Amino acid sequence: MSARANILRSSAAHAILIAYTILALYPVFLIVINSMKSRRAIFNDPLALPTRQSFDLVGFQTVLEQGNFLLYFQNSLIVTVASLFFALLFGAMAAFALAEYRFRGNLLMGLYLALGIMIPIRLGTVAILEMMVAANLVNTHWALILVYTANGLPLAVFILSEFMRQVSDDLKNAARIDGLSEYRIFFTIALPLVRPALATVAVFTMIPIWNDLWFPLILAPGESTKTLTLGSQIFLGQYVTNWNAVLAALTLAIFPVVVLYLIFSRQLIRGITRGAVK
Amino acid sequence: MGNLTLNKVCKSFGPVDVIRDVDLEVKDGEFCVFVGPSGCGKSTLLRMIAGLEDITSGDVCIDAAVVNTVPPSKREIAMVFQSYALYPHLNVRDNMGLGLKQAGQPRAEIAEKVDRAAKMLDLEKYLTRRPGELSGGQRQRVAIGRAIVRKPKLFLFDEPLSNLDAALRVQTRIEIANLHRELGATMIYVTHDQVEAMTLADRIVVLRDGRIEQVGAPMELYNNPANEFVAGFIGSPKMNFLNAPALGQPGRSLGIRPEHLTLSRDGGLIEGRVSHVEHLGGETLIYLRADPHGLITVRLFGEHAASVDDRAFVTPDMARAFHFGDDGLRMAA
Repeated sequence: MSARANILRSSAAHAILIAYTILALYPVFLIVINSMKSRRAIFNDPLALPTRQSFDLVGFQTVLEQGNFLLYFQNSLIVTVASLFFALLFGAMAAFALAEYRFRGNLLMGLYLALGIMIPIRLGTVAILEMMVAANLVNTHWALILVYTANGLPLAVFILSEFMRQVSDDLKNAARIDGLSEYRIFFTIALPLVRPALATVAVFTMIPIWNDLWFPLILAPGESTKTLTLGSQIFLGQYVTNWNAVLAALTLAIFPVVVLYLIFSRQLIRGITRGAVK
Repeated sequence: MGNLTLNKVCKSFGPVDVIRDVDLEVKDGEFCVFVGPSGCGKSTLLRMIAGLEDITSGDVCIDAAVVNTVPPSKREIAMVFQSYALYPHLNVRDNMGLGLKQAGQPRAEIAEKVDRAAKMLDLEKYLTRRPGELSGGQRQRVAIGRAIVRKPKLFLFDEPLSNLDAALRVQTRIEIANLHRELGATMIYVTHDQVEAMTLADRIVVLRDGRIEQVGAPMELYNNPANEFVAGFIGSPKMNFLNAPALGQPGRSLGIRPEHLTLSRDGGLIEGRVSHVEHLGGETLIYLRADPHGLITVRLFGEHAASVDDRAFVTPDMARAFHFGDDGLRMAA
């Protein structure tokens, strides 16, 4: 037995963690296995794994044949990645300014920028729609990107400004003496050092955008700008629901987020270990 | 050339005055050390010279040109920070060369300058490593190298040795002294450690609460302190301040350095009891409790036997004692 770990205690910790993992992943697992079963098998035994008899890819077939599924996919990806990019970029810039420069009203400005966390953006839907109509942006990607960027900014500013404050002043001053511009200092020194925080904010911001149904339905319901979540709604009818197709669409929709999440979480871990070794 | 002149320089953060009316002249090639307790404004003053802090009033001049509004990179200065402040994403070579690259110097010239500095600092083997792969001492040498390659008019050091362990601190101190001899450049060095100040400086500036208390060569400050604060700050162990009236001496207190006291078991001017003994081999420090003077430190050379609670007498060498008045200032002897 080692000095720090008690087998009983560590196995209890693992049991809890494993139980939670199963609990969290089970719905996803159900979606994935059922998407590969025939309609009858889904209803007869929803919890069973697909067998040789019940295995059926009809859901995926429907999804890929019916509707512009690839286009929806692409729309979702464009909107998510672009919104994420702008929210992180502008959020980090605002955070850097708040942390780095002394100016009158610094604290008030920080509070004002963070206030958005507490206000649900959906309350402003009507005004947003009117604005988008006036700006001729309805049924464009930009309508969604602008809304999501605005929605993601408060949290980004709030979290990142705390991390920006921890970036060594000496380092920034050394760069100033070396003649780097404030933009270079921001991009080449501050931004890489807060990468773990960026990854955290990215994960928090990304998932709601990818899953959102509300704004695509209102601001960009046109065929060319439909997102994946909105596009999948055609399989959910008032009287008949094509469960095969819905489940297949959901299964396909999971993958990009998982990939993005893996990319960001690697950054997270890298950031944590770098701090520990230094 | 590298002359620095501070002319009635002030700095306030809101209602708080951090630097008050500092006048100072540092001549070309001089090694000038700012020393003082933490919070005395010495680092702020250095940052103001570097251009990293704005000046509330007064002038900072480098080579007779007022540089109050000149950005740091255009002041022809280089700075070494306590925390090294190396760019974590660049290797040693690029860390040292970045300033020159920003200034638009040709690549071959930068490489040559970096090589020369690396040779001077014994860093040639590490040029391709990142700061994360270096030890503390090596990192600080890279930071010094980054300063050297710029060939600045002024070198600014902000407590560069504070993050190093004791042995490395002594070694790096000697390296910095050698560097100053070799380059003959003007250096301004901030520290709270009076040993560093005494060993490195041509001239020491003692600061307290944003004001200059005294400026002078190390031995000048040691032998001729202007006031109680400077007397207590310069010299280690600290000077003893005895109750002057109790000894029939003028003024409020009588300052006497631990090395200027003689200890005797049989008799002397002040009687006390040993409260603590430190044996350092080459010297012995004996702490004596004697009312109404408080704790008196006696520094004896060589080994001396003494144990706690022994009775002992000390006698100050009056020729080397200092008299301080009620205002803390030195009184004419």
